[in-house]
Amino acid sequence: MLNVGRIEEGFVLDHIRAGMSLSIYHYLQLGKLDCTVAIIKNARSNKMGRKDILKVECDIDTLNLDIIGFIDHTITINVIKDGEIVEKRQLSLPKEIKNVIKCKNPRCITSIEQGLPHIFVLADSEKEVYRCKYCEEKYRDKNKYNLL
Amino acid sequence: MRHLMSPLDFTTTELDRLFDLANDMESNMEKYAHSCEGKKLATCFYEPSTRTRLSFEAAMLNLGGKVLGFSDAGSSSASKGESVSDTIRVISCYADICAMRHPKEGAPMVAASRSRIPVINAGDGGHQHPTQTLTDLLTIRSLKGRLSHLTIGLCGDLKFGRTVHSLIHALSRYEDIHFIFISPEELRVPDYITEMLKTKHIPYEQVIRLEDSIGELDLLYMTRVQRERFFNEEDYVRLKDFYILDKTKLSLAREDMLILHPLPRVNEISVEVDEDPRAVYFKQAGYGVYVRMALIYTLLGLSDVLSKAEKEN
Repeated sequence: MLNVGRIEEGFVLDHIRAGMSLSIYHYLQLGKLDCTVAIIKNARSNKMGRKDILKVECDIDTLNLDIIGFIDHTITINVIKDGEIVEKRQLSLPKEIKNVIKCKNPRCITSIEQGLPHIFVLADSEKEVYRCKYCEEKYRDKNKYNLL
Repeated sequence: MRHLMSPLDFTTTELDRLFDLANDMESNMEKYAHSCEGKKLATCFYEPSTRTRLSFEAAMLNLGGKVLGFSDAGSSSASKGESVSDTIRVISCYADICAMRHPKEGAPMVAASRSRIPVINAGDGGHQHPTQTLTDLLTIRSLKGRLSHLTIGLCGDLKFGRTVHSLIHALSRYEDIHFIFISPEELRVPDYITEMLKTKHIPYEQVIRLEDSIGELDLLYMTRVQRERFFNEEDYVRLKDFYILDKTKLSLAREDMLILHPLPRVNEISVEVDEDPRAVYFKQAGYGVYVRMALIYTLLGLSDVLSKAEKEN
C-alpha cells in the first residue's frame, strides 16, 4: 500500500478518470503554485476500477473549479481543514466557461477579432451541450480531458 | 439600451406592440415623417446586401432621419485590420443607431457589447437575420390577422436557410402552429430544430413533394434550392421541379393561402404566379421597410414598445 502523507489544509480531487490527473493538473495550472501537490495514478477504486487522485495543499478558493465541472463533473472534491474533511463538494456543469475551449467555427467572429474571450454557454444541461456565445456553434469534442 | 441580435430578443408582447406601431406607420406615414429628424443611422455593411441596406436606409429616410455608412468591407477601415470593437466605438461618436451586416457570425453581438448606441443585427453569416424574420412575421400578421392557429409550409432548402430557421423559432412561440417541411431529403431542417419542436410538442411533418401538402396550408414560405447543395447532378435534375411553384401546383392551394419568399427569387416561383393575389412577396418587401421603421423608432427610445424593466437592462 502506497502512503501519501495527509494534508493539513487544502483539497483532494477524487474519482478522476484513471490516467487523466495530469490533464487536470495542467488545467488548474497547479504547476504555477508554490504548494505541495500529490498526484496519485491508477489507485484502486471499488466504483471505477482504477482512478486518479490529486491532493493539493492550498486554499481551494484560489482555483477556478468551473473548469473541472466542465471537464468531468463526476469528480468529487474533499475540502480539508486541520487535517480533516470538512466538506464534500459536488461539481455541476458551469453555466458559462471563459477561455477554456475555443470555437472551431471558421465563420465565428472569434476567429478574427483580437482580444475577444472565447465564451461558451450551457445550452442543454441534460445532454451537456455547450454553445459558443457568439455564433451558437455546438462544442462537439466528447473527450474534454484533452482540451488543450 | 436595447439591441436586436435575434428575433427572440423581444417578447411576443413586445413584438405585438412593434407590429402595431409598424401598421400605424404604414397607415400614417406623414405622422412619423419628421419623428427622427436630427438622428443618424449608420449602416455598417461588411459584405454587400443591396436590399437589406436600402430597406434600412429607406426606413430611416421615411422617419426624417439621415443615413451614413459603408456597403462593403473594402471601403471601410476593416480592410486596414480594424476590429469590430474599435469600429463600433468610433461609429458611436458619429451616429445614433447602427445596422450591421458582417460575414462573421456573432460580429454584431461583439459590436453591441462595446457600443454606446443601439445595434441592429442586419445579418451575420449563416447565423441570424432578425429583421427578415420580423418582416415575415409582420407580413403574416398584417395579411392573415394572426400569428397563431396556422399551418405553415416551408419549401425548398430548409437545411442551410437561416431565414427559415429563424422563422421556425419565432413562430414556435405562438399557439397552435403546425409546420409542414417540404424539401428533398438532403436539404431537410437540421436535427436541432426538429428536437426543439418535439420538446415544445409542436406538430410537424416532413414531405418531399409540394403537391402533396399545398392544399393544407395557410401560408407557403418558398426558398431557393441551389444546385451546389446537391451531392450529384442527377438528384438535382430529378428533384428541382418539385420545388418550383407554378400555376398548376397553385391550383391545388386554398384561395386564402399566402405565398411568401425572402427574395431574391430566381426560378423557384414562376413569374406567372406573380399576378395571383396570393403572391405577397413584393408586399413583404414593403413590410420590411415598415418593420425597420418601427424598430429604429423603438430602439431610439421614441416608442413604448419595449417593456420598461427590459428597457433598463
